[in-house]
Amino acid sequence: MELILALSIGVLGGSGVWLLMRPRTFQLIIGLSLLSYAVNLFIFSMGRFPVGRPPVLEPGTAGDPAQYADPLPQALVLTAIVIGFATTALFLVVMLAARGLTGGDHVDGRRQDH
Amino acid sequence: MPDALYLSTAIGLPYLGALVTALLPANARRLESWLAGAVALLTLTMVWLCYYPTIAEGGVVRAEIAWVPQLGLNLVLRLDGLASVFAVMVAGIGLLVVLYARYYMSSDDPIPRFFAFLLAFMGSMMGLVLSGNLIQLVFFWELTSLFSFLLIGYWQHSAQARDGARMALTVTASGGLALLAGVLLLGHIVGSYDLDRVLASGDVIRAHPLYLPALVLVLLGALTKSAQFPFHFWLPHAMAAPTPVSAYLHSATLVKAGIFLMARLWPVMAGTDAWFWILGSAGMITLLLGAYVAIFQHDMKGLLAYSTISHLGLITVLLSLNSPLAMVAAIFHTMNHATFKASLFMAAGIIDHETGTRDIRRLSGLNATMPFTARLAMVAAAAMAGVPLLNGFISKEMFITETLSASTAPTLLHSLLPLGAALASIFAVAYSLRFIHGAFFGPTTGDMPHTPHEPPQWMRLPVEVLVFGCMVVGILPAATIGPFLDVAVRSVLGEATPYYSLAVWHGFNLPLVMSLIALAGGALLYRLLQRHLNAGIDGTPLLRRLDGRRLFDRVMVFLSWRFARTLERLLGTSRLQTQLRLMVCVTILAAVLALAPHDFGLGVLQLSPADPVIGLVWLAGSLCALAAAYQAKYHRLAALVLLGGAGLAVCITFVWFSAPDLAVTQLLVEVVTTVLLLLGLRWMPKRLELAGSGRLLSRLRRYRDFAIALGAGLGLTAISYATMTRVSPEGISRFFLERAYTEGGGTNVVNVILVDFRGFDTFGEITVLCIVALTVFALLRRFRPAPESIGVPDQQQGDVRNWMMVPAVTMKLLFPLIGVVAVYLLLRGHDLPGGGFAGGLMLAIAILLQYMAGGTRWVEDHLRVHPLRWMSAGLLLAGGTGLAAMAFGQPFLTSYFAYADLGWLGKLPVASALIFDIGVFALVFGATVLMLIAIAHQSVRSQRAAPTPPPAPQEER
Repeated sequence: MELILALSIGVLGGSGVWLLMRPRTFQLIIGLSLLSYAVNLFIFSMGRFPVGRPPVLEPGTAGDPAQYADPLPQALVLTAIVIGFATTALFLVVMLAARGLTGGDHVDGRRQDH
Repeated sequence: MPDALYLSTAIGLPYLGALVTALLPANARRLESWLAGAVALLTLTMVWLCYYPTIAEGGVVRAEIAWVPQLGLNLVLRLDGLASVFAVMVAGIGLLVVLYARYYMSSDDPIPRFFAFLLAFMGSMMGLVLSGNLIQLVFFWELTSLFSFLLIGYWQHSAQARDGARMALTVTASGGLALLAGVLLLGHIVGSYDLDRVLASGDVIRAHPLYLPALVLVLLGALTKSAQFPFHFWLPHAMAAPTPVSAYLHSATLVKAGIFLMARLWPVMAGTDAWFWILGSAGMITLLLGAYVAIFQHDMKGLLAYSTISHLGLITVLLSLNSPLAMVAAIFHTMNHATFKASLFMAAGIIDHETGTRDIRRLSGLNATMPFTARLAMVAAAAMAGVPLLNGFISKEMFITETLSASTAPTLLHSLLPLGAALASIFAVAYSLRFIHGAFFGPTTGDMPHTPHEPPQWMRLPVEVLVFGCMVVGILPAATIGPFLDVAVRSVLGEATPYYSLAVWHGFNLPLVMSLIALAGGALLYRLLQRHLNAGIDGTPLLRRLDGRRLFDRVMVFLSWRFARTLERLLGTSRLQTQLRLMVCVTILAAVLALAPHDFGLGVLQLSPADPVIGLVWLAGSLCALAAAYQAKYHRLAALVLLGGAGLAVCITFVWFSAPDLAVTQLLVEVVTTVLLLLGLRWMPKRLELAGSGRLLSRLRRYRDFAIALGAGLGLTAISYATMTRVSPEGISRFFLERAYTEGGGTNVVNVILVDFRGFDTFGEITVLCIVALTVFALLRRFRPAPESIGVPDQQQGDVRNWMMVPAVTMKLLFPLIGVVAVYLLLRGHDLPGGGFAGGLMLAIAILLQYMAGGTRWVEDHLRVHPLRWMSAGLLLAGGTGLAAMAFGQPFLTSYFAYADLGWLGKLPVASALIFDIGVFALVFGATVLMLIAIAHQSVRSQRAAPTPPPAPQEER
């Protein structure tokens, strides 16, 4: 299981990094999204892989860490997902504005080749 | 404790005065002068209050204000004899300059700025001389550079003033940086920056291997500030300042700061050959060069500037001699120079003010029209020349005596000292004569811009006071200045204070003969040069090529333009791709370097069994990610769908491994992001895949990027795998799990963490979301789409009204259902997966579906969402919940909970965290809808603005 997740993180991150270095704004946005998946998964995997043990307690009890999934990475990733959404939206609008202002979709705003 | 009060007032008051003055109206001339004068007077009084009785008896007044005691940095104020002499000069001459400036400055000049800068400069000088800590001293040192820059450049409209100010700042502030480095070395040697401790470790400093670097750096600071060769060139250009500024900066304060520093560190740094050679040669060259150039200046202020340089050189030579008697002479001459030079600058200013010119070639016969000013200037100039019965004579005679006694040493420089002193004295007499003779004697001419007349009586008063001082000290030195000089000297030399005699008459000896020769020689030299001078030739004979300014300009152009440009061209890039590539490479490198020393193999943890379903999911997810990366250039829609596929795999992973909250949020975010990007696609340029595209160069570039991406991916895999197979240390999760219910009142631990334990983080996060939404909104208000994407897309042309009829009806019907689910998710969030984030996104999707089903206009005819109101309400609610806790005496965002019994509906947990979550809900909903609607509206706008192609660039709504 660890290997599957580690490989997935690698594929997601590698694809993201590849797109990060591409010349088109849209590629950049897709790349950042992929990269954020990779990072979120990485943080999430710090909580291990418990199956069927969501951190939802029985009412009236104090939780035992051995019985529940680690809630901390989950809380962190939840925050990261929402912030990632906001960033994507912002980049999208910057992309649109740049497209309108420069007439193209190159990240530097001018080069049309490569 | 009064001493501490006096000392801090002496520094703080001028700054306070500067602040108040700056705020006064520009036409409150008299008020501002009164205020500035009062500040100067009070500052002087403060020094005086400290002076008696402690310092007069040879003590030291010290006050310490803790600042960063852990670092040994305290604000230490320290006043001893030397500092008090300088403090009195700063405040006393400051007072006279304020009085003088009151009459000098024209009503066109912005007076508040002038007095504010002057007072701030005075405060910086006071801080400099009263510093009991070396770092603090450097701090005030740089402040004096800064404020002198502002004062010299006071007449901003004049290019000369601007250039002069810039040059002064560049030279003195760079010197200040050298000084800082030197002081850091000193602190390293001594182990403390405290002045008392530094002064007590002279032997340690001189014996230390770092002594020479420290000395060079400290002296670089002192020599630049005191305009010593080869850094002297800034001072004449600083004459573009208003005359009161010159009188203040170049007599008693700015340039004396260097002298002060050298005298201050004299006990610990002097006494070595290096000290003598550096200071002796610099001082001697400055002394002669300044005096020689001064003779040939036609501008009165220029003449005074070069004479100042020369006198500073004289003091430097005295300090270099490593002899206690020379130290006495140096301090004495510093005081004398301050008095006569300030009065001479003021006299030059009066002449300029009343005649309209300072050019000695045009001035003539002012003795008849301005008799009082003429007499005063003559006495002051005589003091400068060293005429007996004036203060300049006594210190100059001490100087000659010292050079004579030093000349017994074997080196060439030592034996040349008396000759240099005599030559410089001859030059000094010549330029003093030129100053007096050129301006006040000769025929009365009408060639001047104004008809000359005496200045107002109060404007002359400062000059009178200073000239009176010159005479009294010159006639009765021991009775007047004696005690103060003694205190100052003792504070520097301590036990080593030599016997010295302050008297006008020491018998008929060699120094007296040399003085007399200098007087006669100077008069003769002036007589000989008169023809040349009257010819009015610009420039100095023999030294015409020596132009510090041109050299300085060349260096500046090189440093700030050519060098910087070259460096930018070689090392910089404006291309985002290159920057990102570098960033990725540096990140990879940093990770490798950080991890290389550690064991990078497999961890000890037992691997969890691989589940084939997850394996398949991630096979698909990885393929999606790779395909998205491959397709993103030409097939944006496909890439977007594939991105969604990868996101879905992430989402399934969350569900599988017990993170329902994450899964819900991820799924909803996925939907909203996809819709956002879809809306954006419409504005992108068409891109067609060209067969066989890609030259060799770009192919190679792609291979390189592929290698980098492969490296990054492999690295990520390795790091993740290594981390996952190791036991993680006990974190803080136990805390959250154990207290989520008992103290947070909720069973869904993730939600409790978000809205309760880490509520402040969440509060910050929703604020960020709010800001992003507003930024998106603001950016889109100014949105100008590219011309070719304004037209109505092919797919929407023709009769498209009914082509999604069935889905549209379904979506409309689903609206209330989704809304209810959203509220349900919100309310149950504290105990079961859900919460404000998920609920808000869900409701936003409900609205979104309506827009998709019915079109923008239909929705807005039926249902008006006010996203801004939702957002502000949400933010206020979340913040208000936090503040409410404070009203109950609890820290911000402390939560409270109870269960409300709703009868057959069940028990509803009512925690204050729920109200916070409702705030989150409202804000997330508002922000999301605001962004979506803002992007969606672009289509409507452009269609309205440009109904049929070819369209014009679309305008604002």
